[in-house]
Amino acid sequence: MADMTATPPEAAPQGLQTADGRPLKAALAESQARAKRRAFYLVAPLLAFILLTFVLPIGQLLSRSVSDPRFIEHVDRSSGEVTPIMTGLRAWFDDNPAGTEPDEAAYAALAADLVLLADLRGQGDVGTRINYEAPGTRSLFTKTARRAEDLQAPFREAILDVDEDWADPMLWQAMRDASSRFTANFYLAALDLAKDETGKIVNVPQERQVYVMLFERTAILSVLITFLTLVLGFPVAHLLATLPLRYSNLLMILVLLPFWTSLLVRTTSWMVLLQSQGVINSTLVWLGVIGEDGRIQMIYNQLGTVIAMTHILLPFMVLPLYSVMRPIKPAYVRAARSLGATSWTAFRRIYLPQTVPGIGAGALLVFILAVGYYITPALVGGADGQLISNLIAFHMQNSLNWSLAAALASLLLAGVLILYWLYDRLVGIDNLKLG
Amino acid sequence: MKRTLILTSALVAAGVAAQAEELAVMSWGGAYSKSQVEAYHKPFTEKTGVTVIDVVADNPATPIKAQVEAGNVSVSIADVEYADAMALCDEGLLEEIDPSIFADAPDGTPAMEDFLPGAVTDCFVATIVFSTIYAYDDTKFPDAKPTTIADLFDLEGFPGKRGLRKTPKVNLEMALMADGVAPEEVYDMLETDEGVERAFAKLDTIKDEVVWWEAGAQPPQLLADGEVAMTTAYNGRIFSAAVAEEKPFVSVFNGQVYEYDGYVIPLGAPNQERALEFLTFATQTQQLADQAKWISYGPARKSSGPLVGLYEDGETEMGPYMPTAEANLEVALPSSVEFWADRNVELSERFNAWLAN
Repeated sequence: MADMTATPPEAAPQGLQTADGRPLKAALAESQARAKRRAFYLVAPLLAFILLTFVLPIGQLLSRSVSDPRFIEHVDRSSGEVTPIMTGLRAWFDDNPAGTEPDEAAYAALAADLVLLADLRGQGDVGTRINYEAPGTRSLFTKTARRAEDLQAPFREAILDVDEDWADPMLWQAMRDASSRFTANFYLAALDLAKDETGKIVNVPQERQVYVMLFERTAILSVLITFLTLVLGFPVAHLLATLPLRYSNLLMILVLLPFWTSLLVRTTSWMVLLQSQGVINSTLVWLGVIGEDGRIQMIYNQLGTVIAMTHILLPFMVLPLYSVMRPIKPAYVRAARSLGATSWTAFRRIYLPQTVPGIGAGALLVFILAVGYYITPALVGGADGQLISNLIAFHMQNSLNWSLAAALASLLLAGVLILYWLYDRLVGIDNLKLG
Repeated sequence: MKRTLILTSALVAAGVAAQAEELAVMSWGGAYSKSQVEAYHKPFTEKTGVTVIDVVADNPATPIKAQVEAGNVSVSIADVEYADAMALCDEGLLEEIDPSIFADAPDGTPAMEDFLPGAVTDCFVATIVFSTIYAYDDTKFPDAKPTTIADLFDLEGFPGKRGLRKTPKVNLEMALMADGVAPEEVYDMLETDEGVERAFAKLDTIKDEVVWWEAGAQPPQLLADGEVAMTTAYNGRIFSAAVAEEKPFVSVFNGQVYEYDGYVIPLGAPNQERALEFLTFATQTQQLADQAKWISYGPARKSSGPLVGLYEDGETEMGPYMPTAEANLEVALPSSVEFWADRNVELSERFNAWLAN
């Protein structure tokens, strides 16, 4: 603020000085620097926290999604020592263009590399890495590395003798791809694409296509869930906002209580309610609405996912709506009615436009939470209620193909960012009101 | 990269490092963990004063792999399936175990001759032979009873929901056996595309009626809740529910897929000396036989067999409930370690795509 009162430098060619003879500008800058430093120290913990828990992992995620160097270097797990591997074969790939028939030199390089691998016990890692791109080849590496010491020239025959699958051009293409540190293959895989033996990008066979369909399903279900929470949440929020405080506080507790309850408890409660021997089905059977054989399958499918997620995400819609509706004066609608608007027109032209910031905020919140949801679909989704996040979890925890998981997660992140940008263009992020 | 990985993993992972006189053992939970606690953990604590902590996971191989990759191992010993142990060992994720630590049989037979063939490998020692069977709720089928693996896939003869484990492993084998393939030809057939097609086609016939389970404790629960009429399950779990809890469950061993299960030490595990001591103790003849007192899994040592007697209730003969009993082996398939080490990623992908579509 102080510099507002200081004279601009061009107006004082000699420079103004303080009482002790220093240039005013320098003195000011110094005192401001101190204040700035203090301010920085205050935010430093938060900055470090965000760096460590947000920026670093996301950076790591992005770099993982384009790089899996297990074919290039072996990391000893106990000492952390890094050894370059497959050097001979990689040199051969550098010298020969894609599509070259592997010759004796290539097989000799492979044999020498396998000897080193067996020494390092790295054949499993290398096999796993190549297996991602050329399925069913993992055992070629483990098997051949075990016998690498005994391989004799001519190496082509010797290696093909161990297993003739070594001649598969897909395998050689996969090894060539894995030789470069950076690869787009994981993004291709995340979009159900793959490279064929000549390096051309093609669709993977029909029966193995899953990710694009799951991205679509995730988007559709998330939109549906967002819509349902809006339809269900809007009247609730309106009621909360218009009732006298003592009633609305009571109602608010009913909205908040589930919000404060553990996610797992809420999900398992839905299992109790919805399963075929559950409360709802048993009541319907008891009432005679359905027969014993006609129990409705409401869980372990998409319906279960939609019901449970709508309920779980409902507070995220109600609360922003409520905070926007509360300050809207009933006088506006009354004025519209007194000027001759029907109740529908008054709602549509007067009330609704004023709630748009709340609708936007609620919808954005619910949608973003829904696309990344994982526990609930895992528990109640059965086979066809799984979302893309369940496959990301599968690759993180089961197949340990972290690069593919990272690629899938990055695509999801990109999708959400695009939506955010769209929202900003259409509605304006300044209009967002979170509560 | 590695360092940041460790750093961030350390931040998010809630690893509980075992303290000096505690030994964390990861296993599968439920009746199976109980049998281990009774037969191994408690006597070991009595003998050495070391507290054994029972850590539970749906499939311990999964967290172990993630823990070693992240350089943050929290358990000293893990109980894993044979195929997983082989794959983990190949990837250098396990400590090697010196076979000389295992005790000889009481009659002096050297340990390595006493264990069943292949039960001890570089990084693994088997404790049990377990099997995936299918079981049904007796009250659901008052007239004709399911007796063969084909009945599991026969929705017309035996209507009702089915429970299957959410993995390609075992399901594909059972599908082929139910489709009339002889057990000894199953893996040859699965090596071919047509074989895989055929297995999935068979699974397709019941897909709409399947409830998928993941943890071993789920199938008896699904049966008890009436959520399914039949389900595949680990044979010991059904035995525990049927005998100990007196549920009306019947096990069908026709078409069973059996496999070793046993202990490994994850690479970089804490307190490894004690871990080895525990392995020596737990794999003695008497201890292995004791475990069979608590759950119907076959012991991995020949000398333990004759010592297996009655269930803890003192009246149920364990013999007929063992996957290795003569009568249960008529149509039975030993799970192929090599096949699954090789094909698991590919078939899991295919299985996921099949499930989601």
